[in-house]
Amino acid sequence: MANIFELLQGKEGDADYNKKPVIVQGITGKFGSLHTKLMQEYGTNIVAGVTPGKGGQKFENIPIYNSVKEAVDATGSKISILFVPAKFFLGAAKEAIEAGIKLLVAIPEHVPVRDSLIMLDLAKKNDVIIIGPNTPGIMIPEIIKIGIMPASPFKSGDIALLSKSGTLMYEVANNLTEAGFGQTITLGIGGDPINGTRLIDAFEMVKDTPNLKGMVVVGEIGGDAEEVLAQRIIDSNFKKPIVAYIAGRAAPKEKRMGHAGAIVYGNYGSAESKISMFNKANIPVAKRPGEVAMLLAGKFEKSD
Amino acid sequence: MRLLEYQAKQLFSEFGIKIPKGLTSKDVEQGRKDAEELGFPFVIKSQVPVGGRGKVGAIQKCHNQDEFNLKYPQILEMSVKGEKTRAILLEKMAEIKKELYLSLFLNRGKRCYTIIASSEGGVEIESVKNQVIREVGLGDVDKQVAEEVAKEIGLKGNSVTEFVDMLQKLSRLTIEKEAELAEINPVAVLNDGSLIALDGKVITDDNSNFRHAELEKFQERSELEERAEKSGFTLIELDGNIAVIGNGAGLVMSTLDMLSDNGGKAACFLDVGGGATPESVYEALTLISKIKKVKGILVNLFGGIVKTTTVASAFIKAYDEKLIDKPVFARLMGAESDKSKEMLKETKTKLFDSVEAAINAAVMEVRKSG
Repeated sequence: MANIFELLQGKEGDADYNKKPVIVQGITGKFGSLHTKLMQEYGTNIVAGVTPGKGGQKFENIPIYNSVKEAVDATGSKISILFVPAKFFLGAAKEAIEAGIKLLVAIPEHVPVRDSLIMLDLAKKNDVIIIGPNTPGIMIPEIIKIGIMPASPFKSGDIALLSKSGTLMYEVANNLTEAGFGQTITLGIGGDPINGTRLIDAFEMVKDTPNLKGMVVVGEIGGDAEEVLAQRIIDSNFKKPIVAYIAGRAAPKEKRMGHAGAIVYGNYGSAESKISMFNKANIPVAKRPGEVAMLLAGKFEKSD
Repeated sequence: MRLLEYQAKQLFSEFGIKIPKGLTSKDVEQGRKDAEELGFPFVIKSQVPVGGRGKVGAIQKCHNQDEFNLKYPQILEMSVKGEKTRAILLEKMAEIKKELYLSLFLNRGKRCYTIIASSEGGVEIESVKNQVIREVGLGDVDKQVAEEVAKEIGLKGNSVTEFVDMLQKLSRLTIEKEAELAEINPVAVLNDGSLIALDGKVITDDNSNFRHAELEKFQERSELEERAEKSGFTLIELDGNIAVIGNGAGLVMSTLDMLSDNGGKAACFLDVGGGATPESVYEALTLISKIKKVKGILVNLFGGIVKTTTVASAFIKAYDEKLIDKPVFARLMGAESDKSKEMLKETKTKLFDSVEAAINAAVMEVRKSG
């Protein structure tokens, strides 16, 4: 699988180092247009938009194409961020994969699970990284932001932040930043039952980053991604400090708590199960988001 | 959506999976007619969207009219794990030789559908022993795989053919209805070796509802939940007395946890959603004002794309129109939070710098008011 940092930043010496071109699918929609502007403000190099039927027009000086293929041919971009209603998601995602996109950031919420599965099948065959659906996106703070997260909580640094939830990612990033822990990369897994990049995949993507000093994992009830990750951390003998936070301890069973994936059946998906696995992996679990930085600092003290 | 047993069985029947003869009613009059049509003996089964009915007596055998007169009203009034009985299924009993377990479900970790089968059914899945597990991609089960599973759970003779048929039909149902879980537990093996679905559980993908108008009749939502969905936010009613409002499902869950750690109980979970507008938040406050048990409102916002001013302006309007008479405890962070605090300064909303402080104050206040 392609290296995520290479996709997002390129290599030093590349003509487009730290200026990787990004396409926005659904650039003229309400969210697409708003976030295109915000990403541009952040410094992300948005080179093209796609809205069928609006090819030839421009949005904020960004050329619009009728298809992803045309946009890719014109710009050579390997990254696309997708803002289309859930109903049209699968078609748009397929189009991106078939046009040669290698990193697809899938923002839409409410995508049917079957559509996600079909997309993932295609993505695997074409060696494409999918972030989402139902993700806030991915960013290398102060370099590139491909997503809908606000800019202010994030700061460049050496902690990787992986999160299922959007707002909790901002909250925890803010807590880390205020405590002096900047982030090397922040990646939203998404709140759906099926994730293009699972926690375990995200861990594999970032764990060998040379300047990485530690990691924070923000999980929530539902599924067993956190348990699987904890087991992988044990097996891989990863020694850098990790701290976790799990939301949903007080949630009733068998109720979907806002995210499609946030539901507990019996013990499956429960916060207790996740917390006990993290404990087994010697990863402290914060009781509240505001505790994360403190626990991380504690881990660093011990490892010094 | 989670279907009730009789609804799941309706789908089974549509797809050709055999079920016992049964009739569903919602009041004792209809129940009597059903009993007459079905003839004694039969089983009276409470229809609730949770498991564990047997243990609390929500499923009972019924042999005659006297038993019926006693048990039907009892079960109709019964709650299982806090869920009220929605309807009553009267169902004929079968001569059972053996009970099996069979399900097809969305395996989140492996990102594919997975079959679980066992020769020991009739208990909850956590306790099902000797599970045979097969991953089947997008849910399509071919004949060969179905036969292998049948043999692995020890079926013989015509039961193998029956099982293959049942599993393939369950697979078609899973795919066509976009189920996250389709479970038959138990599958009964009858004396002649044929198979029948004695109980059923089907959970479909809510996000695919737009493709399944035919399932809408099974949808069960409170008026509040329905209005919330229409306005693009999520509202879940809970047991406590403090309404919790925030932006983002994770943040609201986290607020619920902290509230509960501090001895408070949430009356509802309200995520204003990523597309919140002053109008949608005002609608959210309107819905909260209809929840009688609410004694205080806790607001936790991390403004980003949804600006805290969006929520603040909805509160101002709600105060102006006297929609809110309960104390409000708010923590506002992120986008435009200074402006929001300024807006709310003159109102009765109590502002806090940390969510912990807001929670403490809310819990104290609600205790005081009894």
